[in-house]
Amino acid sequence: MALEGFGPAFAFWLLSAITLISAGGVMMARNLLHAVLFLIVTFIGVAGFFILLSAEFIAMAQVVIYVGAVAVLILFAILLTPRSARDNSETVWGAPAALLSIALAAVLIFVIHDTAWSETNSFQAPSVEDLGRALLSTWVLPFQLASVLLTAALIGAIMLVRSPEEEAEDALS
Amino acid sequence: MVPLENYLVLSAILFSLGVYGVLARRNAVLVLMSVELMLNAVSMNFIAFSAYLDPSRITGVIFAVFIITVAAAEVGLALAIVIRLFRNRATVNVDEAAILKW
Repeated sequence: MALEGFGPAFAFWLLSAITLISAGGVMMARNLLHAVLFLIVTFIGVAGFFILLSAEFIAMAQVVIYVGAVAVLILFAILLTPRSARDNSETVWGAPAALLSIALAAVLIFVIHDTAWSETNSFQAPSVEDLGRALLSTWVLPFQLASVLLTAALIGAIMLVRSPEEEAEDALS
Repeated sequence: MVPLENYLVLSAILFSLGVYGVLARRNAVLVLMSVELMLNAVSMNFIAFSAYLDPSRITGVIFAVFIITVAAAEVGLALAIVIRLFRNRATVNVDEAAILKW
């Protein structure tokens, strides 16, 4: 199970403050670039929770993929669209959406507190070696499908963003 | 010892913030960021379940790996669509991209 003592509890509350404040900042920030920077802080906070739950590999993957790749990709997309497209205003559905999401959170929290969770007492956390063995034995088919999905998404993204001149050249050849 | 409920409540709040962002924001990039927030909340839920409820403690971690993979593929494609949308219609407002709407 997770770590014992005062330290993990303190780390939990600190991390949840960081994560919730920055996630709120993503929704509040009027400038889209500020929203992306808040999103990066949120990703790092979630990676901290992964470490707290002794899933170090996922925490590393979170930092490398989300902070390193996804956030930079989003920044690129924002910088490739001009300044006029950077506002972060609400649609007319702002108030109903806020009500709906508050209601969703309330229902989820009620259900979470209402359920009797049968917690186990296994103390050893899985190592990266266990994770690799599981990925390449029990979960090998989903693993291969994920690689095909990544390749297809990569090719699809490249095909989508070609410029009109490149498309004309391809049509001629 | 942090109880399991704390993690679940936290990820429920993160998920609800993501739902609000998807429903209420005009900008397509911010909608995408909200989806990433929701995916993060879900993978935190999976990791918490795997640490507290699963004796083998590996299945939730595997699910988190696949969630991160699919999220990476999704963000690449979605940003390509956003750039394409901007090139064709000169907007990234999801309300104005409504040709397919009946």
